[in-house]
Amino acid sequence: MKTEESLMYMRNWILFLTIALTTCVDGADTPELGQPASEADIEQVFWSVFPDGENLPAGSGLAVDGKALFNIYCIACHGIEGAGLTAVALVGGQGSLATDTPLKTIGSYRPYAPTIFKYIRRSMPYIAPMSLSNDDYYAVTAYLLELNGILEPGSVVNAETLPKVRMPNRDGFVNAYPKVPRKYDY
Amino acid sequence: MSERDLMDSLPPVAANGLLDRRLFMKSIAAGGVGALTVPVLADPVGKDQPSWLLAPGQGAQGYGTPSRHEQLVRWIKPQWPLGATIQGLAFTPHQGLTGTYTPSGLHFEVNHHGIPDIDPNLHSLVIHGMVDRPLKFTVESLDYYPTLTRSHFLECSGNSGALWADEPIDALLDQTHGLLSGSEWTGVSLATLLDEAGVQAEGKWIIAEGADSGSLSRSIPMEKAMDDSFIALYQNGERLRPGQGYPMRLFNPGFEGNTSVKWLRSLRVTDRPAMTKFETANYTDLMPDGKALQFSLKLEVKSVITRPSNATVLPKKNAVYEVTGLAWSGSGRIRKVEVSADGGATWAEAELQGPVLPIMLTRFRLPWRWDGSPAILQSRATDETGRLQPTRTQLLDARGKHGHYHYHAIHSWSVDENGGIAHVYA
Repeated sequence: MKTEESLMYMRNWILFLTIALTTCVDGADTPELGQPASEADIEQVFWSVFPDGENLPAGSGLAVDGKALFNIYCIACHGIEGAGLTAVALVGGQGSLATDTPLKTIGSYRPYAPTIFKYIRRSMPYIAPMSLSNDDYYAVTAYLLELNGILEPGSVVNAETLPKVRMPNRDGFVNAYPKVPRKYDY
Repeated sequence: MSERDLMDSLPPVAANGLLDRRLFMKSIAAGGVGALTVPVLADPVGKDQPSWLLAPGQGAQGYGTPSRHEQLVRWIKPQWPLGATIQGLAFTPHQGLTGTYTPSGLHFEVNHHGIPDIDPNLHSLVIHGMVDRPLKFTVESLDYYPTLTRSHFLECSGNSGALWADEPIDALLDQTHGLLSGSEWTGVSLATLLDEAGVQAEGKWIIAEGADSGSLSRSIPMEKAMDDSFIALYQNGERLRPGQGYPMRLFNPGFEGNTSVKWLRSLRVTDRPAMTKFETANYTDLMPDGKALQFSLKLEVKSVITRPSNATVLPKKNAVYEVTGLAWSGSGRIRKVEVSADGGATWAEAELQGPVLPIMLTRFRLPWRWDGSPAILQSRATDETGRLQPTRTQLLDARGKHGHYHYHAIHSWSVDENGGIAHVYA
């Protein structure tokens, strides 16, 4: 076989292998029925907010408005000024975590402010989630953070300010995946 | 007495044919419904047989139900804030079950915001974020994918939470170990769908969101998602029940139950966890130094004796009984279960019911002769990684008593001289 023929033979063989492998890898083993998801599709289902504020919506709120909303929509379960009733306390407990009577609340336990907003906005009021406006949800968040002494009175809460809020228990969590740290193992 | 004689003996109680209300009672006494049409012979050969042998039984039901003589149901604990309106927790009654597969209707449930009534034609799963092609999958479309079937236990991280308390609670096994069940699950490999969307190199986590009113959300490490996670569509051969996430749920074998997000509708590929409410406020374990363990995802090795258990009474002394129970581990197969009848002083290896499947309930059995004196029954499991279930003292020494979640210590039953069984700390 001449060198030129030999090279051509090799080239064809490589081309054949490439096509064969690509065909197999390109999902030939499933029907691939996923349809392109539009921005609207994603917006409808994606509510998670990250500690750095990713996916926080536009809008803003003040604690004074949040207090009025809280006293309409939240007080029945969470009690006066979030002291807790049939639902958990939202205020207090700072400094209690290492004691024999720990109280885990937004103020004493939660490490990030934006994810508090996310849960209130997506899941509250309990019997009518997502029924208030973004401004309303920012306002309720502002009220709860002020009640816990984490925000100065009159602070504007929005997508820009919320990620900057330093929660008291920000460094209170230890990653246990994939292994529980030796200090807490038996 | 013939039908005619019976009717003649009952004078009308009002005009136009109304008869004494005792007529049917009398006909039944005379030999059942058949007595109205079939003459009763003087000496039927079946006269001493139970009634259900003497007439044809019921026709089959479209969807079968247990015997009306069986009363086994889940213990329902109402959840805040609406009390009985939204029933939050349903506990599997292991005290009345055997085998390793939990009947679907008795599988445990934790529903933080109730069970949504989802129309499968209006539900879809969207995979988005750090992917080459954001995709939307209808429920129907997933039925055309290659399926996988796995037998796995599911355990809530709050299972046995009552056992952190200083005093042992006097409750049936459902209340102490009922947030645990075992099923056969069928669905589609999550890696298959992620590959179709094309996960980008920086995608290290997946944020799963459910379509319930509260949207339980969890962050799942990508290595898990690509390893053995799947989208469950069927449980024990039939479509998921609404309380199990109908029409689809995420299933992460061996991970704490709530990561297997029910009513799944969104998977966001990201480079970091979202630190959701359900991985910060809940399902984190507060340690004695005030720090909290987070992402305690993989469930630890655990076992419990299911029979005898609390509130049962051994009927006879100097007799041989079977001690049986369940063992499980989020890390794989159960290698060994040992049983003690003297509060942990000595141990004997129990027989494991095969096949022993990875990340599935494993039943163990051991014969025990009870001589009539007080005893403490315990079991302890070892999994295939060599991890041994801790004593309660070991667990509390390491993690304090305010962890609230992930309790998995050795469980103790006391036997008194009357054969009564009670829950104790030993």
